[in-house]
Amino acid sequence: MNDIIPDSASRFAQSKKQKQKFLIEIATVIGLLIIFAVIMPLVLPEFRLRLLGRFLSLTIVALGIDLIWGYTGLLSLGHGIFFALGGYCLAMYLNLQIPEGTLPEFFTLYGVKELPLVWQPFYSLPVTIILLTFIPALVAGFLGYLIFRNRIKGVYFSILTQAALLVFFNFFNGQQKLINGTNGLKTDTEKIFGLLVSDPKVQLNFYLLTVLFVFLTYVLCRWLTSGRFGRLLIAIRDDENRVRFTGYNPTWFKVLVFAISGAIAGIAGAFYTVQTGIITPSVMQVGFSIEMVIWVAVGGRGTLVGAIIGTLLVRLAQTFLSEKFPEVWLFFQGALFLIVVTVLPAGIIGGIRQLMINIENRQKVVTYPAIDINPEIQAEKEELEHE
Amino acid sequence: MSIFLEGLFNGISIGSVLLISALGLAIVFGLMGVINLAHGELMMLGAYTTFVVQNIFKGFGEPWFDFYILAAIPFAFLVAGLAGLALEKSVIRYLYGRPLETLLATWGVSLILQQLVRSISSSLSISIAIFCLLWFTPLFFLSRRSNWQQIKSWAIAIILPISLGVATLTGILINNTENKSLTRPWFSARNVDVTAPSWLRGGFAFENFQLPYARLFIIGLTIICVIATYWFLNKSTWGLRIRAVTQNREMSSCLGIPTGKVDALTFALGSGLAGIAGCAISFLGSVGPNTGQNYIVDAFMVVVVGGVGNLFGTIISALAIGIINYIIIVGSSSLAFSLSASNSGDLGFINLVDFFNFFATTSMAKVLVFALIIAFLQIKPAGIFPQKGRGVEL
Repeated sequence: MNDIIPDSASRFAQSKKQKQKFLIEIATVIGLLIIFAVIMPLVLPEFRLRLLGRFLSLTIVALGIDLIWGYTGLLSLGHGIFFALGGYCLAMYLNLQIPEGTLPEFFTLYGVKELPLVWQPFYSLPVTIILLTFIPALVAGFLGYLIFRNRIKGVYFSILTQAALLVFFNFFNGQQKLINGTNGLKTDTEKIFGLLVSDPKVQLNFYLLTVLFVFLTYVLCRWLTSGRFGRLLIAIRDDENRVRFTGYNPTWFKVLVFAISGAIAGIAGAFYTVQTGIITPSVMQVGFSIEMVIWVAVGGRGTLVGAIIGTLLVRLAQTFLSEKFPEVWLFFQGALFLIVVTVLPAGIIGGIRQLMINIENRQKVVTYPAIDINPEIQAEKEELEHE
Repeated sequence: MSIFLEGLFNGISIGSVLLISALGLAIVFGLMGVINLAHGELMMLGAYTTFVVQNIFKGFGEPWFDFYILAAIPFAFLVAGLAGLALEKSVIRYLYGRPLETLLATWGVSLILQQLVRSISSSLSISIAIFCLLWFTPLFFLSRRSNWQQIKSWAIAIILPISLGVATLTGILINNTENKSLTRPWFSARNVDVTAPSWLRGGFAFENFQLPYARLFIIGLTIICVIATYWFLNKSTWGLRIRAVTQNREMSSCLGIPTGKVDALTFALGSGLAGIAGCAISFLGSVGPNTGQNYIVDAFMVVVVGGVGNLFGTIISALAIGIINYIIIVGSSSLAFSLSASNSGDLGFINLVDFFNFFATTSMAKVLVFALIIAFLQIKPAGIFPQKGRGVEL
């Protein structure tokens, strides 16, 4: 008897607590959604709003990285590839919004007379939207399959993704005739639905869409990580061999989650491109992809809110520091990597959670509540009496 | 025949650059399992050391200047080795067994080193010296006290802000005096050039192609480094200890091997080799703060293909990647050329020529080499010489 009641009581209290937590989370998310979607556009000047839009599109890719690094334990240093692929897809669509029969301007520089085959699908918007998610996902899935199939993992995976990033960077830089090489594709001077992309109204819409997609990505990642699938991902992170011995094949889970993360990065890249006004191969520089990882690490890996907060904080610090003291930024960034790894391995959110747990535990240890003053048991008693 | 020899020579010369930059990494990554993304920046330090030594020797006049390399190599080894030692003692020591964290931390170090080279000036180095003085002296004395563990966090919380504050203040004050000789950066953000001494210019004519002396020198330097490393690891006492620690840390520790010292030594050795590699690459082109970045990924690829923990595998994979790289560039361009020479205006032919020309650039050669590496890892996931063992983790 004594064994059963506390157990069920604590379980009951736990489920109640969880429900409460869930409600708080929903309230916070909706509150943030209102702040970013309604208040920010009213408060911030146009230029700053565009900057915030860019940061928010980067939070999308941070969520994708958190999904594979924080939950699955795969540290990808090559997310710039997928980011760039998504960006290029949308930029190609925008560059094709010209009178029929003409070519985007840069083609004439290199004497290209016909539209290359690669560009053909990007005449239509729906196809572009599908491609800008599926091309990064397919590339990620294919690369992931080739690597995970051989049980290559850990740092080897990181190094291979970094090498892949460098390869794509070189490849995109070398393709002048196809995608304008190092100069990249401009989107600011192009038109969408008859309006200039750099027009404030269009930019506002892009901003709102970005906020919506941050929300949708958050919901997607939350859904993926909370259920059975999420528990498997965490199991793969913590002990892959045991997962394998239990009868699962981790390869396909890893491939799938890597592809999803790639697709998320592609979407982020598309939003980033239209709010920056240009996409060049420079987004595939080695440093940028590692930076993405540090956003997640600063916020707290394995916590989705942390990924968002970390990205916004680091990017804000970067804007501020490189405006005021351009020389200090690299020192600061380097120090950030060191501090996060050595002092704050769980990130800001993880650190706060640890602190909360410590405080809670300290109280519990000092006074062990008797049954009649234990709030959990009291709550249980009340519930039982009502029934 | 001479085409074949030329290809072999060029392949070996690309491979030797790869090998010398991967050699230190093969020790740090292969033996210790530490991912050092700052390896490229240690090479950069070596290259800058060469530049400094060259400028010093310029003051000595002509006959001496020709031999500055002989002084530059040990100096580059020392500077990079000491930097590596400091890195190991301050950061990496705390991160053993957490490779992903090490990767991020060393990336942070590499960013700091890059910016340091750009903006180091007399005032900055004075500030750094003041910080070190104020930080390490009290720590040194306090750590001798018996209640060090209890006061540790308090001491750090007090000393760190004070020393940081004083150092920053001094730096700002010196900068405000606008004394140009103190505030001017030592090396500008632009690249610097190392001029090869006269005996390394020109080349050795062989049949109908030239073997540049600089390339021959790098090949020779690589061979010496490989032999020296091999000798050190396999014949010397400390080499034996290093190998023992990498095979079984606990057992070595039980037998009285100071594993902490061995770790520091191994890391310093790997870093020092990076310095020598930096000295070598300074002959290949101008040197800038970002120079190291160009070599680091290739060096990691060499170690991954060669198999971790095996020096011999690293040698073979570096040479193989170098030769394949060269074959792809030259092979496809010469194919394209010979095809276009015998071209009869056929459309399919032109497409074929375009196809081969497409691969004849350096960037496409890199793409193809990466594809080959991935394909190779499908057959041998753990490299040419995988580590043998019966564990699950292979």
